[in-house]
Amino acid sequence: MLALEISNLHKTYASGLQALKGIDLQVEEGDFFALLGPNGAGKSTCIGIISGLVNRTRGNVRIFGHSIDDEFILAKSLLGSVPQEFNFNTFEPVEEIVTNQAGFYGVPARVARKETEHYLKQLGLWQHRRSQARRLSGGMKRRLMIARALVHKPRLLILDEPTAGVDIELRRSMWDFMEQINDQGTTIILTTHYLEEAERMCRNAAIIDQGDIILNSSMKRLLKQLNTETFVLYLRDHLEQAPQLESFNKIIRLDHHSIEVEVPERLSINDLIHELETQNIVVERMRNKANRLEEVFVKLTTKTDDASAA
Amino acid sequence: MLYRFWVAYLTITRKEIMRFARIWVQTIIPPVVMVALYFIIFGNLIGQRIGEMDGMLYIDFIMPGLVMMSIITNSYTNVVSSFYGAKYSRHIEEMQIAPVPDIVILLGFMTGGVVRGISVGIAVTLVSLLFTEFSIHNPLIVLLVALLTSCLFALAGLINAIFANSFDDITIIPTFVLTPLTYLGGIFYSIKMLPEFWQQVSLGNPILYMVNSFRYGFRGTSDIDLLTAIIVILFFIALLFSVSLTLLARGTGIRQ
Repeated sequence: MLALEISNLHKTYASGLQALKGIDLQVEEGDFFALLGPNGAGKSTCIGIISGLVNRTRGNVRIFGHSIDDEFILAKSLLGSVPQEFNFNTFEPVEEIVTNQAGFYGVPARVARKETEHYLKQLGLWQHRRSQARRLSGGMKRRLMIARALVHKPRLLILDEPTAGVDIELRRSMWDFMEQINDQGTTIILTTHYLEEAERMCRNAAIIDQGDIILNSSMKRLLKQLNTETFVLYLRDHLEQAPQLESFNKIIRLDHHSIEVEVPERLSINDLIHELETQNIVVERMRNKANRLEEVFVKLTTKTDDASAA
Repeated sequence: MLYRFWVAYLTITRKEIMRFARIWVQTIIPPVVMVALYFIIFGNLIGQRIGEMDGMLYIDFIMPGLVMMSIITNSYTNVVSSFYGAKYSRHIEEMQIAPVPDIVILLGFMTGGVVRGISVGIAVTLVSLLFTEFSIHNPLIVLLVALLTSCLFALAGLINAIFANSFDDITIIPTFVLTPLTYLGGIFYSIKMLPEFWQQVSLGNPILYMVNSFRYGFRGTSDIDLLTAIIVILFFIALLFSVSLTLLARGTGIRQ
């Protein structure tokens, strides 16, 4: 079953900006789906329309088969959303924010209180339940928004940059939590600028750019598009100039002890190290210059920019 | 389904009541202090020199109007500030994203305004007992007019908040429209004192109908026919309710 089905979705703002140019998108039930794109690509507009915060110009949206027009009560009751920006009353106590949200979904007060306790404990906020939300740290506020989005047990959860501005330790614990929620059957749509996050967690992805979906496939297939990968190599000995390698074209000397090499898909790291060794260059350590998804993303979105500039 | 909407309505209402109750020093006390000053200055000090109006002591004459003024101002202010605040800090999205029909949102905010208006009205009435003797001609009329008037101004506050783009916009209507209409709505004088022309002009002021029907409930005397007054109030409620609902459905001011 499809958790989300978007067809021919258009949005033109009053300013004349065409944010969405007729996108089609399908997300399967149980998926962990990445919706990626540069700033201003149309991701948040798309999420805003699904959530009922933005009026669309035309097109259809269905959540688990229910139209957001004709069956908006059913459709919305299956959806939970964590927006990019904090959108709660910062003067309200943490517990009240989550319980009230359950109430808006028609969850009776007794059940709402129980669910609130469950999610606040799971997200490490229970001891802050009586604090005003404005007293929480940035990371706690993000977790509060996740608890609020989950309190009515949605089947589809949209996370719009949920880990923005969160330190790495907390980010990793949030990843574990999201994976756990997904394992329990909740379909998740994630937008993020941390592509490492999307690569690690998502099974499928779509890239949206300038209001169009320019790629929609499984993460594996997406990464296969990467026909080169760039590595940074740290060398044992001093190097005056970039070495000339027969099989590798793009070699940049970064400093006296490091170089950057683009490795084509047909060659392996062993080939590279072997060729360097023939020139008496010893590699001590190495790392990916960027994560693989980031490289695909940059290539695809740069192509679109070039095409529109032309 | 109806139960779900009922829970949502109760949640919005409770949230609204908690909002003003949490800051009662800012929301309940100031109108009570202000009306106490009106009673001291206009009722006691100046009122003694005025003597009687409409066959009663001046302080007894102005008492219902002062209570009504508090109800009007507070039901309006509650909704305009709460709804605009929710728009400004974007927590209105909590309701927009949930399966809450617009009419439930509307009724929830309206009830919050009514509860504050009536709470302040009760507090002001209690304060008035320090200055006048308590007497009610018809308690049902008092209750009915108080409820209808607070509904009407809660709706007006909501419409103001929907169109407001800044905090200045939520003070313009109360300052330049609501206050003058309230003062000219027969709180401090009977329109029978006015020349014929100004009596006719005064009939165009909807607040006159509310103040007079409220005074009828307390004192049994009014410049306006009671039934006419109730019909006028109901007409404005129906009008503002329809406008509010249409604006919410269109997403005016809250959806791009």
